Amino acid sequence: MPNTTMGDFQTAQTLETFGFLPKLSQDEVYDQIAYLIAQGWTPAIEHEHPSGAFNHYWTMWKLPFFGEQDLGNVVAELEACHRAYPDHHVRLLGYDNYSQSQGVAFVVYEGRA
Amino acid sequence: MAVKTYDAGVKEYRDMYWTPDYVPLDTDLLACFKCTGQPGVPREEVAAAVAAESSTGTWSTVWSELLTDLEYYKGRAYRIEDVPGDSESFYAFVAYPIDLFEEGSVVNVLTSLVGNVFGFKALRHLRLEDIRFPIAYIKTCGGPPAGIQVERDRLNKYGRPMLGATIKPKLGLSAKNYGRAVYECLRGGLDMTKDDENVNSQPFMRWRDRFEFVGEAIQKAQQETGERKGHYLNVTAPDPEQMYQRAEFAKEVGCPIIMHDFLTGGFTANTGLANWCRRNGMLLHIHRAMHAVIDRHPKHGIHFRVLAKCLRLSGGDHLHTGTVVGKLEGDRQSTLGFVDQLRESFVPEDRSRGVFFDQDWGSLPGVMAVASGGIHVWHMPALVTIFGDDSMLQFGGGTQGHPWGNAAGAAANRVALEASVKARNQGREIEKEARDILTEAAKSSPELAIAMETWKEIKFEFDTVDKLDVG
Repeated sequence: MPNTTMGDFQTAQTLETFGFLPKLSQDEVYDQIAYLIAQGWTPAIEHEHPSGAFNHYWTMWKLPFFGEQDLGNVVAELEACHRAYPDHHVRLLGYDNYSQSQGVAFVVYEGRA
Repeated sequence: MAVKTYDAGVKEYRDMYWTPDYVPLDTDLLACFKCTGQPGVPREEVAAAVAAESSTGTWSTVWSELLTDLEYYKGRAYRIEDVPGDSESFYAFVAYPIDLFEEGSVVNVLTSLVGNVFGFKALRHLRLEDIRFPIAYIKTCGGPPAGIQVERDRLNKYGRPMLGATIKPKLGLSAKNYGRAVYECLRGGLDMTKDDENVNSQPFMRWRDRFEFVGEAIQKAQQETGERKGHYLNVTAPDPEQMYQRAEFAKEVGCPIIMHDFLTGGFTANTGLANWCRRNGMLLHIHRAMHAVIDRHPKHGIHFRVLAKCLRLSGGDHLHTGTVVGKLEGDRQSTLGFVDQLRESFVPEDRSRGVFFDQDWGSLPGVMAVASGGIHVWHMPALVTIFGDDSMLQFGGGTQGHPWGNAAGAAANRVALEASVKARNQGREIEKEARDILTEAAKSSPELAIAMETWKEIKFEFDTVDKLDVG
């Protein structure tokens, strides 16, 4: 008799942190930007065509936004990057200059593969 | 200067080794011992005996002492303190000059500090509670081959703890079936999987076969998920030659990380392997089998914070620390105390966490704390709160015991983790709101909903045996 209660897990292409959550709403993205700014980190944006997503380096959108405190400006830059590269993944980073790492990194817009 | 003459016989240790006026130098190595002496032996004599027997002294004066300047080389007991809530024991603080120890050798430090002195008859019990390594000594040690920051960059994991699982059953699988279990965990969303510590190279699965199948599992999972994956291939071996042979092959199959048991394998092997990893761009995961034999008794042995410090000097990128919440022993404050020693560049004295000295780690890379043992999705918010981002949350049954199998179990772990991190970043108190956060996340993840149902009753609430000393 077939086991109808057991599900089949399908492997998915995921994009690291938050890749297993439903797409974040605009408010939820806002919350994450507020968090990274409150930590004293620097917001930055990168984009890449899905075919190159596995590379360590994605293309930078402008420069990291040093000293930026306005959430709205960061959102506006994310939208501008997405408009300029609609078929690319767009990710938000928070550069932590103390640890020389990124305290936040997640994809906000997924490009079409 | 007073003239010294040879006076054969037995002297009281305290005449030479109890120096309450001594002000320790920045270059001294400092140690705190919890001493429980035999009845009737004065504290100063016990403390001085510990200082003597762990440095230059022996039970009888010898003529050749006069050929050197023992005033320069001797260890000094410089302070005695009560142990809160314990009238039979006391803390003895001992300062050792840096020239007593070979550069870059935790082996040499431990051979002195926890050598013969632990069998000394004037003591009923002796426990090494903490060591302050001077920065001058730390600069002679290689430390972690990569460190937290380099590991994150290599593996592209940011802004969250990493997720792992130890492959089960721990013994008995064939290499191909074992690789299957690895692949399923990795495709489901874990970052890494792990050999169990007692998987070395047994008749049922020789190491070379395991490495080949695991290598294929990693590559396939990476291609299919687009994420970077790894598996700690355990290279702990009967001898160093075979250990290095296994390490080389792990690199050849494309695995980014290998694993070693630093206590059963020994510090010499560990330091050598860390050096190999640094030269070869490999990460090193460290398991701690045998630690509880050494560190669990509250009055005898070595506290784990000392073993953790020694490991950071010897070299390792991950170290098991216990979970606080799972099936294995671990007091929360005490655990946080040694987790700091692994990851921070400076740790101030904090008796509420069992930290007896300021410790400056300088530029030595940090070690990722590994929380492993009896954990599952319900623990996730607490684990994120306790361990923070620079940790590896290591599941076993909590991934592979999922009713749909490893991949679904892994996805449940990953969803629970990301929901916890997202909520934490939003400023929510995730330990208190654990149920709400997980329930909300499970709405879009049937894998998580089933995991929550499966493990809802499992708790491990026994009191810890080794508690911090408080009045």
